[in-house]
Amino acid sequence: MLSSTLILVLIGLAVISAVAGVVGCYAFLRKRALVGDAVAHSVLPGVAVGFILSGTKDPFYLLLGGLVFGYLAILSIDVIHRKTKLSEDSAIGLVTTIYFAFGSVFLSVISNSGNGDQAGLKDFLFGKAATMTEMDVIVFLIAAILVVISVGVFYKPFLLLSFNKDFANTQGWKVNFYETLLSLMTVLIIAIGLQAVGVVLMSALLIAPAASSRYWTNSLRKMMAISAVFGAMAGIGGGLLSLLGEDMPTGPWVIMILFLFTLITLLFAPEKGYFFIRRRNSNNLRKINEENVMKALHQLNEIGIKEVTLSSFLDKRKMDTDQLQKTFNNVSDKDWVTKTNDVYALTERGAIEAKRIVRLHRLWELYLTQRLNFKEDHIHGTAETIEHLITDELEAQLVKELDYPTEDPHNKEIPYN
Amino acid sequence: MLNLNDILNISTALLIAWSCSLLGVFLVLRKMVMVGDAISHSVLPGVVMAFLVGSYSSSSFILIGAAVFGVLTTIIIDFLYRKLKLQEDASIGLTFTWLFALGVILITVFADGNSHIDKDCVLFGELGLTFLDKIIIGGRLWGTKSMMLLLPLLLIVVVFVFKGFKGFQIHAFQAEYAQTKGISTGFWHYALMTLVSLVTVLSFESVGAILVVGFLVVPPATAYLLTKNLRNMLLLSLVISTFDVLVGYFTALHFDLAISPTIITVSGLVIFLTIVVQITNSRFKTVV
Repeated sequence: MLSSTLILVLIGLAVISAVAGVVGCYAFLRKRALVGDAVAHSVLPGVAVGFILSGTKDPFYLLLGGLVFGYLAILSIDVIHRKTKLSEDSAIGLVTTIYFAFGSVFLSVISNSGNGDQAGLKDFLFGKAATMTEMDVIVFLIAAILVVISVGVFYKPFLLLSFNKDFANTQGWKVNFYETLLSLMTVLIIAIGLQAVGVVLMSALLIAPAASSRYWTNSLRKMMAISAVFGAMAGIGGGLLSLLGEDMPTGPWVIMILFLFTLITLLFAPEKGYFFIRRRNSNNLRKINEENVMKALHQLNEIGIKEVTLSSFLDKRKMDTDQLQKTFNNVSDKDWVTKTNDVYALTERGAIEAKRIVRLHRLWELYLTQRLNFKEDHIHGTAETIEHLITDELEAQLVKELDYPTEDPHNKEIPYN
Repeated sequence: MLNLNDILNISTALLIAWSCSLLGVFLVLRKMVMVGDAISHSVLPGVVMAFLVGSYSSSSFILIGAAVFGVLTTIIIDFLYRKLKLQEDASIGLTFTWLFALGVILITVFADGNSHIDKDCVLFGELGLTFLDKIIIGGRLWGTKSMMLLLPLLLIVVVFVFKGFKGFQIHAFQAEYAQTKGISTGFWHYALMTLVSLVTVLSFESVGAILVVGFLVVPPATAYLLTKNLRNMLLLSLVISTFDVLVGYFTALHFDLAISPTIITVSGLVIFLTIVVQITNSRFKTVV
């Protein structure tokens, strides 16, 4: 079933996608994901010029032309962005479309010149993975080795450049040199990959694997590895999917897989994924609500009210009724309050927890007035926020720092257990 | 010598150029050029689906398909960027490559025997062919089919820009301020995006997807370099795009080149000269 041509194509796709994934990490981290798209479009006039000047379809000349124009495109974007008042996105848009138009004009010159050999130049736009040759795969492999060596040797400057360019500058790194190196690397990969996978897939390959790998790790080294693996998987998967139909293009199927994987990552990744963040936020909100309710119950206790209903509680502290009901359910589940017919009262354990929150609130108010010279009427708001964040260690330090205080700035008792 | 077909071609090109250069001004000001670029790619599945539902002659399907996918593009970008916290450039890039890929797949799956859909045509377009669809009523030539769609669209764009000048103006420069004034930024945002999608899709067969972006960005960006005033920027953008179309068309004709790429190349030369003059000579920072 798997013919040797097919295996060759799959290997080629996997290698170029993996390399693009690695290079894309830098483009993504430097927030230049769309520059790759501009370069991919700008390679067209280079290919056309290479063809006109050399008069042959020798891939070397086409590649050379593509490299020159791809790099020119990056330079143009930089100059327009830095020297004029146009914003970066305008610069990218300008370069993409003008270079591409320029290339299309050249293509029409070539077809008018009656040179029948121009067929195939347009493959640079859509890619023709199916016609990949052994030579192509060898070129991809060489490029892959070059990229791996460069990111290995220049790991540190590349890392600094990606996360904090100004810092890299102050550390004495030759920022311009390394930026040029990164740009050249990107242009090289785009130029050699285009004929196999086309402009749009090249853009996607530079963006999607990098974007999703960022959600799985904070280490650049791991990020590049994950990105490469993901790129390769999408390349092979897309190559296989495109076998489903006759004359089915490979690139779009690779993009489908890339997009799907990125979407899954964005939604479900641990730590940074959408659902993880939502769960963390709702957990935080629940904790804050619980602590606020406990605090209010303690304050009611202080003025002699030991038992409350939902409505009498609302007179003390404004809260959304549904939220309040839920919060009371939560704290009674925790055995912090007892519920007898709609009347709630603190349990012993609940009293300890309530005291803790009130103590943190009042300690912080005291700290603000005594140590930071805040006025007494300006401290409540910050204390409302910080009381939910203070850890046991911080609490111990505060108590020590304030020399075991008994009263807060409003002359209310600071409750200890 | 100027013949009838040339006049039809130039009129078509001007209709596209004017609509684009008016809308593009707001894209440039809102720093949303790349969203426009994204839309121009991602209306493709909308166009293909419209082809499948109706034929190209029932253009209303195409328009609806384009509008839906254009707005969908901005919604997906916003969703990735705001809800899923993916950085903006990656959100844009991911969205349009995906929708474009979807379009290409739809073409290859369903294109059997449907000669209308051809990805080369979608991407490059051919202005020189628009005159083929002449509309002749009662023995008199009224224009071409694409002109009959582009002209009303231009009118809508013009009315929109004039009627909504203040809304667009505040929205373009100070979206937050607009909100405090009770101006619905969402409305202007989606109105702009819908118009961009419609212009893109109507220009597809004439100038191709990528060159629509050229019309959307190059003349407005040139105008932006030359003036600080929104009204002047709109007018200047119109003047520049008219110049580009005329010079580009006749250059292409004379040297037998592809027409719309030549027009964009001319506009590229214009902004190139503007930038060079401005960089080398600070006196010309802002002319009007």
